[in-house]
Amino acid sequence: MLNRFMQSRLRGLVVLALILVIIPAFLSNSFQYGMVTQIAILAATVVGLNLLVGFAGQISLGHAGFFGLGAYFTGIATGTYGWPSVPALLVGAIMVGIIAWVVGRPILRLKGHYLSMATLAVGFIIAIILNNERALTGGPDGMPVPAFEVFGWELSSFGRYSLLGLEIEGFEAWYIFASVILLVAVWFALNLIESPIGRALRSVHGSEVAASVVGVNTAKYKSLVFVISAIYASLMGSLYAHFLGFITPAVASFEFSILFITMVVLGGMGSTFGVILGAAVLTLLPQVLADFQELETVMFGLILMLTMIFMPKGLLPTLTAIVSKRMRKKAGGEA
Amino acid sequence: MTALVEVKGLDKAFGGVHAVEGVSFAVEAGQVYSVIGPNGAGKTTLFNLITGLYIPTKGEVRLNGESTAKLEPNQLAERGMCRTFQQMQICMNMTAIENVMLGRHLQLKSSLFTTLFRLPALRRDEKTAYKRAADLMEYVGCGEYVGAEASAMSYGALKRLEIARALAAEPKVILLDEPAAGLNATETAALEDLIRKIADQGITVMLVEHDMKLVMGISDRLLVLNYGRVLAEGTPEEIRQNPDVIAAYLGG
Repeated sequence: MLNRFMQSRLRGLVVLALILVIIPAFLSNSFQYGMVTQIAILAATVVGLNLLVGFAGQISLGHAGFFGLGAYFTGIATGTYGWPSVPALLVGAIMVGIIAWVVGRPILRLKGHYLSMATLAVGFIIAIILNNERALTGGPDGMPVPAFEVFGWELSSFGRYSLLGLEIEGFEAWYIFASVILLVAVWFALNLIESPIGRALRSVHGSEVAASVVGVNTAKYKSLVFVISAIYASLMGSLYAHFLGFITPAVASFEFSILFITMVVLGGMGSTFGVILGAAVLTLLPQVLADFQELETVMFGLILMLTMIFMPKGLLPTLTAIVSKRMRKKAGGEA
Repeated sequence: MTALVEVKGLDKAFGGVHAVEGVSFAVEAGQVYSVIGPNGAGKTTLFNLITGLYIPTKGEVRLNGESTAKLEPNQLAERGMCRTFQQMQICMNMTAIENVMLGRHLQLKSSLFTTLFRLPALRRDEKTAYKRAADLMEYVGCGEYVGAEASAMSYGALKRLEIARALAAEPKVILLDEPAAGLNATETAALEDLIRKIADQGITVMLVEHDMKLVMGISDRLLVLNYGRVLAEGTPEEIRQNPDVIAAYLGG
């Protein structure tokens, strides 16, 4: 049983890798590559958020705040102060982790609506700071971010690279890079969930009192997962900034926080692969509905509501349940 | 010899209502100690006070001679106290065996680094924990659910699962809050055997229970509560002959 379990864990990762390998076959231009790269970065962010929301059962309506802080830390450190990308990304993540810990300690004592309000406020405060600190952030006009570079080697959407003797475009290189990051993010998340730490996290969701009487320090684990999900957001925010090459305070906005939560709820709370699907659907949807741009927020609200009512488990878990039911029926019919 | 669990002048008031008032008793290591009393007598409140879920208004609880006044439930678990609940507390978002493995939380120490990279040390520990949890499920009598989701289990099996989880923590003392509630006669008989087995292992058992046959047969000592106060304390024989108890509780 244990072996089967382990295999199924890695099977998901393998399927995801295969999908990421196949996707370029359907892409024909740099715009489409850009979309998919963006999906991969946002997906990795919500994989982290899902640890908090889906597994530990704590809400955060301010996660774009951490995403934005990572993006701006990278923007300011690499752009204004000329830091190399990787140290900027790591120092930014550590800083955001510390902020999340300091903020999380008191607010994670709250439950339900109160926690929503508190995290909402955290997000708002960060967005306001980014908007107002013009000298550092450029204010509402935003700021340019240099290309991602490691040891003098730059990764730009407009560059040309050779990979294993193959000539590839910059946007293809970004896609490969983001795919690898997503796979690593998923692998870490899966490892975390299937571990003593992961069980402690999930027990906080399942029954906080049961967790505490078997020795789980629930306050500690809530802080831990809040910090981990904030670090995920910060790292992905940094990459997002490099990828776009230009950021505005919109990356830390309330709308962005809601987008993240909607991705988690739509894809499937507590389903690591589900939230990736959620990220894909909600990134592509505005493209399809480009004519109704002013209705975007309304659409997201509607999607959130309909998902909650008709598939509370989310898109992927509901689909897999339907498929396995069909297969069982079919197998039963043949027998 | 100091008692394993010592309760001194314990008092808990909710507003003006004293759910538990001036309760004192001591449980020696290795005993099966039962708390009985009519509904609303304060039995569950007493358990919640002992396990640190409630903070007493007055009085104190000592575990192995140490005052538990400043300790959180998880710190009490570290000191060897574990419990089950009348309103079962099962993590329905986990599989059955993961619930039991959760009980191994204190024995499984792994760093975040080891966890993220799923290093061999963690895999080894997990395998051992899994095996031990499976054994425990067999031991309490819900072995057939090893591969199941917790949400797929029957009521009686979940009650056993909760005991398995508590046992996984390797407690010195285990508090069972109405383990027989909702069980039929056969299940109750099996539960009696299980409690005996647990006590024979040297684990101190504290029990809140309504089933008098079960309680009288299994307990070394009994505490009778009525309206939050101690009505009587003693061996089953003494309790059975206590006129106050007969009048107030057994309705004789």
